[in-house]
Amino acid sequence: MAFMSGNEAIAQGAWEAGAHIGVAYPGTPSTETMEEFAKKPDVYAEWAPNEKVAVEVAVGSCAAGARVLATMKHVGVNVAADPLFTVSYTGVNGGMLVLAADDPGMFSSQNEQDSRFYAHSAAIPMFEPSNSAEAYRFAHDAYELSERFDTPFMMRTTVRTSHAKTVIETGERVPVDVKPYEKDPAKWVMMPAFAKPRRVVLAARTEALKEWVEDCPYNTVEMRDAEIGIVCSGAAYEYVRDAMPNASTFKLGVVWPLPQKALADFASKVDAVYVIDEASDYLSSHVKALGIAVADFVNPLPTCGEVSPLAISHAFGKELPPHEAMPNDVPGRPPALCPGCPHRPVFKELSRMRAIVTGDIGCYTLGALPPLSAMDTTVDMGASISMAHGFELAMAGTEHRPIVGVIGDSTFGHSGLSSLLGTAYNRGTGTICILDNRTTAMTGQQGNPFNGVTLQNRVSREMNIERIVGALGIEDIQTVNPHDVDAVRTALKAATSNDDLSVIVFRAPCVLLDKKNRKPACEVGHECTACGSCIRIGCPALSRDEGNGCALIDPDLCIGCGDCAQYCRFDAIHVPAPKGEAHA
Amino acid sequence: MPSITMGEAKTLLLCGVGGQGTILASDLLSRTIQAAGLDVKMSEIHGMSQRGGAVTTVVRFGNEVHSMVCDEGSADYILSFETTEALRNIPFLKQGGTLLVNDESMKPQPVLTGRAQMPERVQERLIGYGAKMVPASKLAREAGSPKSANVVLLGALAASLPFSEQSWEEVIASKVPPKTIESNIRAFHLGLDCARA
Repeated sequence: MAFMSGNEAIAQGAWEAGAHIGVAYPGTPSTETMEEFAKKPDVYAEWAPNEKVAVEVAVGSCAAGARVLATMKHVGVNVAADPLFTVSYTGVNGGMLVLAADDPGMFSSQNEQDSRFYAHSAAIPMFEPSNSAEAYRFAHDAYELSERFDTPFMMRTTVRTSHAKTVIETGERVPVDVKPYEKDPAKWVMMPAFAKPRRVVLAARTEALKEWVEDCPYNTVEMRDAEIGIVCSGAAYEYVRDAMPNASTFKLGVVWPLPQKALADFASKVDAVYVIDEASDYLSSHVKALGIAVADFVNPLPTCGEVSPLAISHAFGKELPPHEAMPNDVPGRPPALCPGCPHRPVFKELSRMRAIVTGDIGCYTLGALPPLSAMDTTVDMGASISMAHGFELAMAGTEHRPIVGVIGDSTFGHSGLSSLLGTAYNRGTGTICILDNRTTAMTGQQGNPFNGVTLQNRVSREMNIERIVGALGIEDIQTVNPHDVDAVRTALKAATSNDDLSVIVFRAPCVLLDKKNRKPACEVGHECTACGSCIRIGCPALSRDEGNGCALIDPDLCIGCGDCAQYCRFDAIHVPAPKGEAHA
Repeated sequence: MPSITMGEAKTLLLCGVGGQGTILASDLLSRTIQAAGLDVKMSEIHGMSQRGGAVTTVVRFGNEVHSMVCDEGSADYILSFETTEALRNIPFLKQGGTLLVNDESMKPQPVLTGRAQMPERVQERLIGYGAKMVPASKLAREAGSPKSANVVLLGALAASLPFSEQSWEEVIASKVPPKTIESNIRAFHLGLDCARA
């Protein structure tokens, strides 16, 4: 018996089913799926620059006859929606499974959209597991079903199935040959003349799937008391079992299409049908659309965020267990940029110059939090650059603060590059800072085109950001070490005081990349006047002495970067020489 | 067959600060439970919380386990790696539940930058909630492995769980770096003795 997360289980199931090509862009809570798949024998796996590219690579491999796995977080499905909606028309050759890992509760995301709507809109059948054993089984079976119905399959997880470990029994891999490829433009060239007949094929396939789903082995009816019947899927099924152990349940393992007859039959056997929604009304609205009467809860379920066993108990009017209130003097503990993070001086300087900063998705989004508070907007991957252009357009001809877009290296590769192409082409102005910390840090230090590290450590190319930017015709390009505060300040001043489109590449490695080569911690000398300047850079290693207000440096957290020392007007912070250089 | 018979599934909540080793401790705990033949689920939150933010993991075990989360008033055990996080998670403790807390406090960013204060008399208040305080960092240093405070805390928790010392030791030995096996097992026993004292 193995103890696996849902992500690990999906990788295992896909691998056992003979998938041998995997493509993904990292994104919480999906990331470990492709990392685990990449460790299996006899597979090829890669990081794509974004989810659209990942799905297109997967479609190519699938068309050529291979069984493929593509994984992404929910917002990645938006990026990949373009190929997904059309691969639903072409169907497959080799089996294809696409994972959409949702984040109800927004633990690590900018929204809590529900990927089940995509399955419905694109007419792609979708599994939703309740635990790792099901994630494994569904991923495994998806490939044979994908080929049988000539359609890609999707799997929807949530953070509670992706990141929960449960006990599972795994099996053996059965290698599957790559199917022969035969040219078939009527199936694969989706121009109107061919897409119209494929639309008809898609409609017929949807009917076939609706028939299949009526008695497929992935939906489970458990009859208990007939008073209450609960329709649910995913982690919510597990909550229902704890909250309402005597209720009858219709657990959907396939969340699109829904089994109309089976649900109607279930409804006829219980006094009232209730539906557990989470973060959207997908399930209840689709059950209602089948003509099934859905009863109202005693107390409505929360419409935002996660549901839980207690939320379900409360919805049915059950008494909740007593508990202590949270004391009102507990300070928040938000995440912060790490000690020594190369992003910190850039945000500190942007904050000092009161720039309008359009931000992006990554660790550096934390630059929005106090005390740096150096970010005005964050919407989606790549938006920093395009939104900076939009700000410039709207504020043209007025006196305005400098407008600066800030984006990380991986996000620049994801979609910032096309945003910059748009600004350059349209002769836009403003300043773009590319924070190249040599990794995709937020999701756990994955490779990307700009550090040249690949998922399975194959030899790669390391793309040169400055040359790519230069090739767009942008002339004002600077490369700056972000740990040199004067250089950061000078570069930002120069870039924001001209009328050109300026790009500054701030390059220094993420501190998590090389934990072993830490420099000795900085020390505070007697020169400290308790002015607090260093505290305001927001380093977790720095605090004030509760007695005299002087700076304190936590030697366990400090990595000796010396950024704080550059903000000390009294030279009170001493940066020890690196090991081995002291007596040079 | 399970070597232990038990009633309803039990819920453990482990909380602390990103980087304190809560996830490894939860993993060791889950594997010890699994070795006893019981069903177990462990839920963790990655992502933004890794950057020094508050972290929680939930481990549930029993003959059959459904939910993988912990609601307010539902934790049979809370193992907190830090005092402020123990206070933050107090609402999750079931009435009569076990509360074990590392006696260490770590200031969060808003306190470091002077925008918030640490709670007053935190240990006294935690003891008022029925907490057993564990000097985990001190015991970890005694064990010869300052980074094994998480294993000390696991030892303290083990005192109230029905699993044999041998099975804990086997799981620890299989999961920590080979050079640190001895010091981690020492750390485990110091935690166990502390909770039994």
